[in-house]
Amino acid sequence: MKTIVIGVIGADVHAVGNKIIEYTLTKAGYNVVNVGVLSSQEDFIDAAIETSASLIIVSSLYGHGELDCRGMRDKCLEAGLDDILLYVGGNIVVGKQDFSEVEKRFKEMGFDRVYPPGIKIEDVLDTIEKDLGGI
Amino acid sequence: MKNYLLVDIGSTFTKLTAVDLEKEEIIATAKAITTVEKDVLIGYERALGKLRKKIGEEIIFDKVKACSSAAGGLKMVAIGLVEALTTEAARRVCLGAGAKVELVLSHNLNQHEIKQIEDKNIDIILLAGGANGGNKKTVIHNAQQLAQSKITAPIVFAGNKDATDEIEVILSEAGKEYYVCENVMPRLNVLNIQSAKQQIKDIFVKNIVEAKGIKKIEKIVKDGIIPTPNAVLTAAELLSTGTETETGLGDIMLADVGGATTDVYSMGEGLPTQMNAILSGLEEPYAKRTVEGDLGMRYSSLGILDAFTAAEISHWKSQDVDIVHEAHKRHDDIEFISETDMDYVADDIFAGKCVEVAVSRHVGTLNGVYTPMGVMYYQTGKDLTNTNYFIGTGGVVISSKDAKAILKNSLKSPTRPMELRPQNPIFLLDKTYVLSAMGLLSTDYPDIALRMMKKYLIEL
Repeated sequence: MKTIVIGVIGADVHAVGNKIIEYTLTKAGYNVVNVGVLSSQEDFIDAAIETSASLIIVSSLYGHGELDCRGMRDKCLEAGLDDILLYVGGNIVVGKQDFSEVEKRFKEMGFDRVYPPGIKIEDVLDTIEKDLGGI
Repeated sequence: MKNYLLVDIGSTFTKLTAVDLEKEEIIATAKAITTVEKDVLIGYERALGKLRKKIGEEIIFDKVKACSSAAGGLKMVAIGLVEALTTEAARRVCLGAGAKVELVLSHNLNQHEIKQIEDKNIDIILLAGGANGGNKKTVIHNAQQLAQSKITAPIVFAGNKDATDEIEVILSEAGKEYYVCENVMPRLNVLNIQSAKQQIKDIFVKNIVEAKGIKKIEKIVKDGIIPTPNAVLTAAELLSTGTETETGLGDIMLADVGGATTDVYSMGEGLPTQMNAILSGLEEPYAKRTVEGDLGMRYSSLGILDAFTAAEISHWKSQDVDIVHEAHKRHDDIEFISETDMDYVADDIFAGKCVEVAVSRHVGTLNGVYTPMGVMYYQTGKDLTNTNYFIGTGGVVISSKDAKAILKNSLKSPTRPMELRPQNPIFLLDKTYVLSAMGLLSTDYPDIALRMMKKYLIEL
């Protein structure tokens, strides 16, 4: 069984979507480790190390995602998580920006997949399975 | 009539408490210098002689029970994976078992660290790492490093359960004494103390007692000898939670200011008491113990000195107390006994500092974050603001003319606004070291032990 670490990064307390993601991924057959709201990069990374996770899904809904996610890939490398996949999704930037620009910026920061507002977790299940090579 | 003799073999004194179970009274107490180097029984017999003299008449003890912190107590190494998770969980298990944690190590162990373990004369090694189903590479690597070392101390494996089979092969092939327990952190941020704690206690009873030269007393003591802090924790937990027939005191704290360390205990869930606080980090144990090796009245008095600010030192100087001189005096002569008024004044100031700083390190803290929904707080550690009772013990607190003033240093203060310190507890004094004795008694007679604790703790 593959392990996925999920949580809401930064000073963000949006808890509902986080619960939906946990529910959906668990139902799909993954071992879900939820670090919850108000989580720091270190919380995600520590959890991923101890649980041997294959993927970290970062949620951010309050517009400060870009600040909160900066340097996360570097920290993963420093922590020995060389092969970990990083997804990010939600309202990850302030205001209405061209999403292709946003996606580019987050990919440059080392995220493997970047999702715009309105994407449901169930729409991503196929991609996750493909990326992880199974459930 | 049924009498118990409860023995606490401390690093300095062997303390005896004779208890009348029917009257639920302490008949008498006595102490003599501990004699582990030669023969632990010499000190015990001396104390027993004094005790018999005090009682005056012939007395038969139905049972003798003992705890010990002699010969350095129980020295342990805690090994985990990530500092904030399994390493911290392992450290808490060691403290909860009554150990002195000599080394805390994380990630892949290297040869320098193995050498440190070899040099430290460790009694038990606790090897953790990985949640169940999680990382097992590191804990297996660390087992291999231990297997290849000269270390003979027993190894308690309490890490990722998936690694158990491999680790058993590694350690048994290397001829190491090892034990397998439940994972100290089975799931993320979930703390599981009991299994490993019990195992450590069993090993202490079985092996360590012999190594510490206190084996001889086993002829007299029927049940195994347990580490003293373990007895105190058992007592404090009983005092807090109560039994089926006797209510406990609820959330309590205890500070024990000793010559080498200051120990702080808290019994309680420690959940947030304010609405806008969110718990973060590893789960906290209901019965929590922390030990401050740099805060002690003799061996570690220079550590206390470091805790004073320059402003505080000059404040005391203006009151004619030379903090620096007094600290060095105690450090340089560990057998120093207070005699003059100034000695006692300085003792109180130092003890107060020990309580203030040790409580700081024990309690949880709040960290403010400004969110679109207003200020929120992360709470790390236990919220102990609603502690009902705060108990003080240790030679300096007991002999002080104003123990309450010393213990008041534990309170919430404007200089430490983010610390979740007790706000308005009732202060109690453990003048007769009743806690360790009742910890021993409680395994046989919890109700009596609880009632006696309530009776013999003095309200300040």
